[in-house]
Amino acid sequence: MNTNRPWWRPDGFYIYAVLYLTFIYLPVLFLPLFSFNNSKYIAFPLKGFTLKWYEAMINNPPILNALMNSIKIGLIVAILSTIFGLLAAKAVTRYRMPGRGPVVGFIMIPLVIPEIILGISLLILLSLANIPLSLLTVGFAHLLLCVPFSMLVLVSRMEGFDKSMEEAGLDLGENAWMTFWRVTFPIVLPGIIASLLLTFTISFDEFVLAFFLSSIEQTLPVYIWSSLRFPSKLPSTLALGAAIFMASFIVVTFAEWIRRRGVRLDSTSGI
Amino acid sequence: MEHDAIISFQNVSKHFGKVKAVDHASFDIQRGEFFSLLGPSGCGKTTLLRMVAGFEMPSSGEIFLDGQPMSVSPPNRRPVNMVFQNYAIFPHLDVRGNIAFGMRKSGLSKGDLNKRIDEVLELIKLPGYGSRGADELSGGQRQRVALARALIKQPKVLLLDEPLGALDKKLREQMQIELRQLQQQLGITFLFVTHDQEEALTLSDRIAVMSEGEVLEIAAPSQLYESPSSRFVADFIGTMNFFEGAVTANTANKMTIATRVLGEVHTMCEKSFPVGSEVWVAIRPEKFRPEFTSPARDTDSIEGRMGPSAYLGDRSHFYVHIANRDDPVLVALQNLEGSLDQLSRPDQPVWLGWSEDAIVVLAKD
Repeated sequence: MNTNRPWWRPDGFYIYAVLYLTFIYLPVLFLPLFSFNNSKYIAFPLKGFTLKWYEAMINNPPILNALMNSIKIGLIVAILSTIFGLLAAKAVTRYRMPGRGPVVGFIMIPLVIPEIILGISLLILLSLANIPLSLLTVGFAHLLLCVPFSMLVLVSRMEGFDKSMEEAGLDLGENAWMTFWRVTFPIVLPGIIASLLLTFTISFDEFVLAFFLSSIEQTLPVYIWSSLRFPSKLPSTLALGAAIFMASFIVVTFAEWIRRRGVRLDSTSGI
Repeated sequence: MEHDAIISFQNVSKHFGKVKAVDHASFDIQRGEFFSLLGPSGCGKTTLLRMVAGFEMPSSGEIFLDGQPMSVSPPNRRPVNMVFQNYAIFPHLDVRGNIAFGMRKSGLSKGDLNKRIDEVLELIKLPGYGSRGADELSGGQRQRVALARALIKQPKVLLLDEPLGALDKKLREQMQIELRQLQQQLGITFLFVTHDQEEALTLSDRIAVMSEGEVLEIAAPSQLYESPSSRFVADFIGTMNFFEGAVTANTANKMTIATRVLGEVHTMCEKSFPVGSEVWVAIRPEKFRPEFTSPARDTDSIEGRMGPSAYLGDRSHFYVHIANRDDPVLVALQNLEGSLDQLSRPDQPVWLGWSEDAIVVLAKD
């Protein structure tokens, strides 16, 4: 690639890259833009700078309540699905077990089933079993959805490091459990963090399952959807969206940093 | 079982499905010995080693370690430690952390442990490397750390799984010498797995040659090389020229063997074959004495023509075409005074002589 080309004389790929990024991010950038706009209506021209929508957001208990619900579910789902994903990844990559293929297949099914089908089936099942809808049922559905993602991340991590590391742990006198804590866990830690972030994000912005399986207590995406019908509520939702966007940006940057650190540590195990 | 055996394999077999990785291995390894398992890849040598470490369980038979049956103890309870083929240095720990890994339950105080680590670092010639990260080490240094990590545990047997395979030739030769010195200095039994016959010959007190799960022969390096007991061993260790023949006379301990190519061959042989048995007459390439003028009548020799040659620096290999034989005979000569190319021209007549003790007689199966 010609890196000497001055920036004011871009080649075709450069233009393509700029167009691509603009196309992807411009709509997203409207979110923070209009969240500072001094008007109820999402339309140009802009009316002036204001922080009142952020103020409204903070003074709006339902929106904060929905946010807290989403964070709670997201955290619990992220932790549980990462634990399950780790156990499954360890089983799949380290043991010769009967029925491995079908088991992995069953765990992965939620990846390919449309969420709306999953949502309806769970709804039918729960009503048949007379289980009332609540945040708990939403969390359960999110768990079902997140475990395969977590497992995918962790399986690749487990396969990526040499099995003889664990044998060395056993050989040096630690039992299977301590070998897991002293060898496996620190080595797969970047994968565990990646899994936590990924599953939290999936749960946090999941709409279909949450819509079908929640009752009065709403998660944030469901709340936002329902507030779209009331134009007066919209700007403070935009403010919330912008705040979440910033938060995710920070989290993703942090995750990438962790991942790169993990990759650098990995490169040492090669010869 | 020999009295001072540290490891005793008794009828040990290991099957993976239908594949017999190890087939009825029964032998002892003596305390303080440098013992090598040598064979081509897939011969079962690594499986045997991993069974001693406890990573594989024998399908049948029992391994005794210092008199104790091992089938009941898991890898973390066995008084053996392993140097892995790729060293398996923990990437999340520094050198000190790697070496200290197995000492958690040693009961040493922090100060004593640090002193021990410093001693071991001294032993493997990496003093001051304690705080290096795993990614700051070269291949040879990783190998030393892997050694240190195992040796600090003071194992009854140190298991080494092709530890020098990943190093370049110069470093490998240097590490061979250091390994041997270390073993003699510490007096620990080393069980060493390799597919490199030269390495096994250099390092070992005794070598077990394996093929397809079976232990073919166990002997000291010189004996394996000078008087191997089977064609496979003779062929696998070094190179060997084989000639078909049949025993025509066997008196006292002197055998006469009629061969199509070499004519009548006489030899004093430890192993005696009855008259009429079909045998292989085997001669090492360096045991031939080439001469470019016709030798005296009564010496054992065969006439041939010079074929292609290869200059290898310290020695030269050349092929000699002999009547009645399709494959040329390989002859090796030390390049004491100039190389062989200067001595010979292609197609030049050459006489290959041998002495009686250069002859190895092997059963034809």
